[in-house]
Amino acid sequence: MNCRDTNLLINAYADGELDAARTLELEQHVQSCAECKCAWENIRALKKSLKQDALYFAAPADLRQRIKASLPSPAKRISTRAAWSWNWLTTAFSGAFAVCLALLLTMTIPHGQENRLADEIVSEHIRSMMANHVMDVVSTDQHTVKPWFNGKVDFSPPVRDLAAQDFPLVGGRLDYLNGRNVAALIFQHHKHIINLFIWPSKQTSSQPAALPSRQGFHLVHWSDGDMIYWAVSDLNETELMDFAHAFNTASH
Amino acid sequence: MVPVDERERLNLFEQTVLPHLDAAYNLARWLAGNDHDAQDVAQEATLRAFRFFGNFRGENARAWLLTIVRNTFYTWLRKNRPQETMVEINDETLANEDALIETNAVSNSTADAELVRQAIAELPVEFREIVVLREMEGFSYKEIAELADVPIGTVMSRLARARKLLQHRLAAEFKPGGPS
Ligand SMILES: [Zn+2]
Repeated sequence: MNCRDTNLLINAYADGELDAARTLELEQHVQSCAECKCAWENIRALKKSLKQDALYFAAPADLRQRIKASLPSPAKRISTRAAWSWNWLTTAFSGAFAVCLALLLTMTIPHGQENRLADEIVSEHIRSMMANHVMDVVSTDQHTVKPWFNGKVDFSPPVRDLAAQDFPLVGGRLDYLNGRNVAALIFQHHKHIINLFIWPSKQTSSQPAALPSRQGFHLVHWSDGDMIYWAVSDLNETELMDFAHAFNTASH
Repeated sequence: MVPVDERERLNLFEQTVLPHLDAAYNLARWLAGNDHDAQDVAQEATLRAFRFFGNFRGENARAWLLTIVRNTFYTWLRKNRPQETMVEINDETLANEDALIETNAVSNSTADAELVRQAIAELPVEFREIVVLREMEGFSYKEIAELADVPIGTVMSRLARARKLLQHRLAAEFKPGGPS
């Protein structure tokens, strides 16, 4: 073992993350090398300095209260449950009321849900790019990417290469969205990355439609009656729509 | 019976996730750099965690919550401080820093908290988060790798680099005889 190799190992040793064999080797080296011994003691002193209580920021009380106030109130929940057990008449009324409420909600919620989904999709798009984790499988070949999803998702996403339309397929990724595993196909257009999220849905088919941009990203979604598609990119809206139409056309 | 399910979900969330609010705020505070933004990030992340609580598989609630805090923070950062991009530390600077530090002997004293705080705050954000997750939250390399979505090797090298930078900035504190 020479001193050049030891830097990472000393850190791992100080963190209790070094395996037994290398621990022994490192300990022997540190005993015989003044420089590495010094480095080791430096790390120990630093670790001690970083663990001071004064450096830990505990959550302020008003933050805790605000969060609790934003969660559904347990008191309300209890009274709702009590209402159920009053008597059958009340139950029937509650039931009827719940149905009315549900009908009302189906009319008003989709928009909110769509917005929430759009936010989530933009977050995933940003995350996939910031974490340098755009692709799990890197391939421009649709016949490589498609089987890659076998066993990873319980559906078979249509995979198309759109190189001829200037949107080459560059890979695929498994992602998690809207409370389920989804397939993400990654396309490129010049320097821009497009994430196309796909999951099954019996929603009636719809033509590509653009959403207002959020955080500088454009979103287009459509459905073909079997799958839902959400494309997100920093491409401008026109180009992203072109992409959506190209994909939609190639799939049928 | 939606109300009962909801109530159980809320109870479970309060028992398993909310106890880690300090950790959530601490990470947000170190990442965002000030109380106001940290509160925003921690609050949004915690409410997001409640919304997606159905996805939580009951492994490690603290790691799960901090993953959401981290993602929320980077989304926030991109939106509010797009100019604050990730800084690449070049190896030459670090090699010089290596030389500087290795010649210093150490004292056993603990460095002054205020100076340490300043030194951590000056670290590039991707180093800062690893230091917080390792030294303040005590996560293993593997847990940090999952949480920060980077390979374990990256966790190790970032941690080693972060420590070099901190030692460099606190060099005076670690000289024999303590702070100068
Ligand atoms: Zn040595």
